Amino acid sequence: MGDSRAAIAGIGESQVGKVPGRSALQLQSDAAVAALADAGLALSDVDAVFTTPVRVEHWNMPAGVVAGFFGIQPSYLSTVDLAGASGCSMIDQAVAAVESGRCEVALCVAGQNLLSNRSRSQAVQSMAERGSGHPQFEVPYGPLVPSLYALIAQRHMHEYGTKPEQLAAVASTIRRHASLNPNAHKRDPISIDDVLASRMVTSPLHVLDCAIVSDGAAAAVVTRAERARSLRRTPVYLRGSGYGLRHGYVGDAKTLTSSGAVDSGRTAFRKAGMTPADVDVAEIYDCFTITVIVELEDLGFCPKGEGGRFVEDGNIGLEGSLPITTHGGLLSGGHPGLGGGFFHVLEAVRQLRGEAGERQVRDAEVALVHGNGGVVSVHCTLLLSNSPS
Amino acid sequence: MSNAVKPAPAGDPATREYWEAASRGEFRIPLCTACGRHHLYPRTICPHCGSSALAWSDSPGTGEVYSYTVVHRAPSPAFEADVPYVVAVIQLDEGPHLMTNLLDITPEAVRIGQRVRVAFRAAGEDGALIPVFKPDEGPGAP
Repeated sequence: MGDSRAAIAGIGESQVGKVPGRSALQLQSDAAVAALADAGLALSDVDAVFTTPVRVEHWNMPAGVVAGFFGIQPSYLSTVDLAGASGCSMIDQAVAAVESGRCEVALCVAGQNLLSNRSRSQAVQSMAERGSGHPQFEVPYGPLVPSLYALIAQRHMHEYGTKPEQLAAVASTIRRHASLNPNAHKRDPISIDDVLASRMVTSPLHVLDCAIVSDGAAAAVVTRAERARSLRRTPVYLRGSGYGLRHGYVGDAKTLTSSGAVDSGRTAFRKAGMTPADVDVAEIYDCFTITVIVELEDLGFCPKGEGGRFVEDGNIGLEGSLPITTHGGLLSGGHPGLGGGFFHVLEAVRQLRGEAGERQVRDAEVALVHGNGGVVSVHCTLLLSNSPS
Repeated sequence: MSNAVKPAPAGDPATREYWEAASRGEFRIPLCTACGRHHLYPRTICPHCGSSALAWSDSPGTGEVYSYTVVHRAPSPAFEADVPYVVAVIQLDEGPHLMTNLLDITPEAVRIGQRVRVAFRAAGEDGALIPVFKPDEGPGAP
């Protein structure tokens, strides 16, 4: 066929949740070994490495540290740091690297022992001091990381009448999906009332409106489509991708109720020749419940301001018109830092291969994956399919 | 308890005038003399038009609450005594947004759109002041 395109040929993840006694590199190794076995490839086939920074250790050059750990002598390597958009972007950049001939088999891997490495309170303080807030113009006022999203939620409620119950429905639905994922961190079902009754962290966000902190790692192997078709698994193709950014910091944003996801989504759909109606399953980044509502609107799945009602009407569940975040996401599935959004990519691949078990979306052919980083700042949208065109 | 002092911003060459003015009890924000628009946080290039013809402009420090959140868990020991406290984004009358604390108001009384005015509170150990906001008028004031 002379196909110059690339495809995802294998995926793998470590145990996710509380996984004491394993370092970041051990968890990444677990995921990488699983992804290569899934593809039917060996470490010796890998000639490119993509990874993200970790928070639990200082890695001078993360892609170099990871490649060195595995004994890979790569022809291409890159550290991707777009915060929560890193997982989507790693796939986008690996596909581009394979298609441009820079490498043949790219290993994308991310994750760490974020939960076991330190106590939760230390993680909160560290994130508040070094996290998404502007060090001069935001951190001195004492926002938690969730406060930065609470500002978005409060404004969204003011402009569009979005309700706490609708935010809670996001958490409840995604927890149900996690309950069907054997490797998810939090699997006990929660109701809307449970979310509303949970501790208020930073109004209007309760603790169950917020992502969890986990240990875990995820990996994927990208290679030439032709080669992928000769391997063990159904290849998954990147049909379109896009990026967007409308503000660097939340305090600087002209509006808090729409985001660069408008731009990343529009670009991805245009490149793929698709519309939101073509999407069978959407693995939406869910660091906080409000993030999901803003993204559903910005990506065009419902009109601006209607995200709360869209969720409340049951559209995002497995039986709904647009099942989202079917593995349990960051709210329940697992969130080991920058690698968190990479699990969304893996779940899209599983859905498109028909391997998602009890949470399988029937006949899924097109999956959207969306990652965002900063505070709904930098966005990367992928459209993946089990069909090359 | 030096670790419980609220952090003072470490200014840099692009922002030092903002913080030094605040410590004098003045609220000054960058104004682009090319396009006539203000911006925050302070840059050395106008984020609206790309010009570097910037000047510092005295601001009355008035505006309204664009959004807010009541923080119920301190991010660090320095904020524990303040819980619950209000973190807000203010839209200044000149246009720019900025993040701040709202003081002199009970958290339940804060409303989006409420008029506010700049004030200053201590930060760090060297007598620095940073801009905060208080109700400017209306029923939110205690």
